[in-house]
Amino acid sequence: MDKTIKGKAFVVGNDIDTDQIIPAEHLVYSLDDPEERRFYGRYSLSGVPEKESGLPNGGIPFTAPDKFKSEFKVIIGGKNFGCGSSREHAPFSLMEAGAEAVVATGYARIFYRNAVDGGFIIPYESHDDLIGNISTGDEVEIDGELNIIKNFTTGKSFPLKKLGDVIDIVEAGGIFKYAAKHGMI
Amino acid sequence: MSMTLTEKILAKASGRTRVDAGETVWVNVDILMTHDVCGPPTIGIFKREFGDDARVWDKDKVVIIPDHYIFTNDKYANRNVDILRAFAAEQDLPHYYDVGTERYKGVCHVAMPEEGFTRPGDVLFGTDSHTCTAGAFGQFATGIGNTDAGFILGTGKLWVKVPETMKFIFEGEIPPYIMAKDLILQIIGDIGVDGATYRAMEFAGDGVMRMDMEGRMTLTNMVIEGGGKNGVIEPDEVTFDYVRQRTDYDFTPLFNDPNPKYHSVRRYKSADLQPMVAKPHSPDNKATVTEVRGTRLTRAYIGSCTGGKITDFEAAAKIIKGHQVGVETYVVPATTLVREQLKTTYFDGETLWNIFEQAGAHMGEASCAACLGGPSDTFGRLQSEEICISTTNRNFPGRMGSKKAQVYLASPYTVAASAITGKITDPREYLPVEEDVSAGGAS
Repeated sequence: MDKTIKGKAFVVGNDIDTDQIIPAEHLVYSLDDPEERRFYGRYSLSGVPEKESGLPNGGIPFTAPDKFKSEFKVIIGGKNFGCGSSREHAPFSLMEAGAEAVVATGYARIFYRNAVDGGFIIPYESHDDLIGNISTGDEVEIDGELNIIKNFTTGKSFPLKKLGDVIDIVEAGGIFKYAAKHGMI
Repeated sequence: MSMTLTEKILAKASGRTRVDAGETVWVNVDILMTHDVCGPPTIGIFKREFGDDARVWDKDKVVIIPDHYIFTNDKYANRNVDILRAFAAEQDLPHYYDVGTERYKGVCHVAMPEEGFTRPGDVLFGTDSHTCTAGAFGQFATGIGNTDAGFILGTGKLWVKVPETMKFIFEGEIPPYIMAKDLILQIIGDIGVDGATYRAMEFAGDGVMRMDMEGRMTLTNMVIEGGGKNGVIEPDEVTFDYVRQRTDYDFTPLFNDPNPKYHSVRRYKSADLQPMVAKPHSPDNKATVTEVRGTRLTRAYIGSCTGGKITDFEAAAKIIKGHQVGVETYVVPATTLVREQLKTTYFDGETLWNIFEQAGAHMGEASCAACLGGPSDTFGRLQSEEICISTTNRNFPGRMGSKKAQVYLASPYTVAASAITGKITDPREYLPVEEDVSAGGAS
């Protein structure tokens, strides 16, 4: 991966489930319709309880009220990010809001798979718990070749795990592009 | 080398003599299931990738069961059902269960067994995380997203990483005040909500094998709350009888080889089990009912794929009969068949339907309803600061509606007893005393 992702970080806690990423009441919108799909960006991460939304202090919405895009590009989470339902609307909503990567210490299986196979966002795993090391609003950069995340605000860098088995699908841009490239479809 | 049941199913489905945990294999899919929330985007992806005129890979292997947002005035939700209906007609799909017709079923994970789609030895993918329920039948069953489902619609194949298996053995007869829900809440509390991530969870032991299919389904249903990929129980005569009564499909059951390699094995003495709850806001936030006894409630909810089967209502009715509920209580049968059974199943000379209605419960239509919140007009939805005890499967913030609400997960026995008093209550206070005699006699 030679991709570099640079922008503001948005920090949440452990066990962020799919109802927090995109509450079930919003799953009615079409993912194809250009007008309707914007609402997934508006409501992305809107189910996170207020005091845990934008750590360390909380009280920061991922997408500002009445906006469709977020000012944050990288989401920082803890363990078991994306647990709960199989709704692909979850990684889709993060992408629709403008995020390009999540960095967490671990993922729930279906969320990880959906993020990769749909080519929505890149789910990086960190060795260290970054929740206390990066604050919401910090300027960060993910170097996909060196597998590190730099925090420009504090000057610290942290190693990321290599993407492993799924790197070919991530690089292809999703399961369909991967399958086409390998003559499977 | 010996293989686990899950490995054997994936070996068969990938056309290989053996597979090892950790390998990635491409499997042939026996059934793809979808519903009204994830079906429309799946169809959108299928058409985008394979063309507007594309046909599904095998129309007999596609099952579409609308169940999530059915009884709502939300125009987008209703539009989504229209998309399913049009696709089923266009593709001439025999297994579509349309809303507003006699074919309408309700909650897919309970309808799938009813309709004979949960077949030992087969591979089932569904666009819903609780697809793992079907593992109770010795099927490999797991939840996937829309992209993967769109890929299957066109190709009939999917890649899957072979999971290691964690085995959970319950030794001895389950005490009469304990339900399958107590077992799975105990396990999730022990391993955590990510304790089985990427792994299969197998349930075994005479405590499990003496359960009927619905009890077994409650166990496999909630493996996703432990992060598991699939749940599985070796099929037996109970399984075969259930499946054969519902389908002529010629299934080939598979079993564990002798002494396969497990990730881990945990043993529980059934007699030691206690009625359990998961406290807000996580399914692994376990406590015994004794520890939280007396906690004030404002609502009780009996329903969903986890706790809305006929045996769940039989259990609840046994406790509620002759009492008035002390808090708002919602009864939501999982399927139209369960709803019908409520009116034809008797306890102590009264139908279950009448027992709940006379107790003052609100009686709902078959669907997922408030288990996952849903549109604001969803039956039983938690709109504000309710404190609810529920037979459902998740209690993350906002799961049943408002972020301000608190949800305790428990068995139908415990929910029923708590509905009467308006406080978290030990079901043993309401169960007939003579049934407690065998409680200590397990193993």
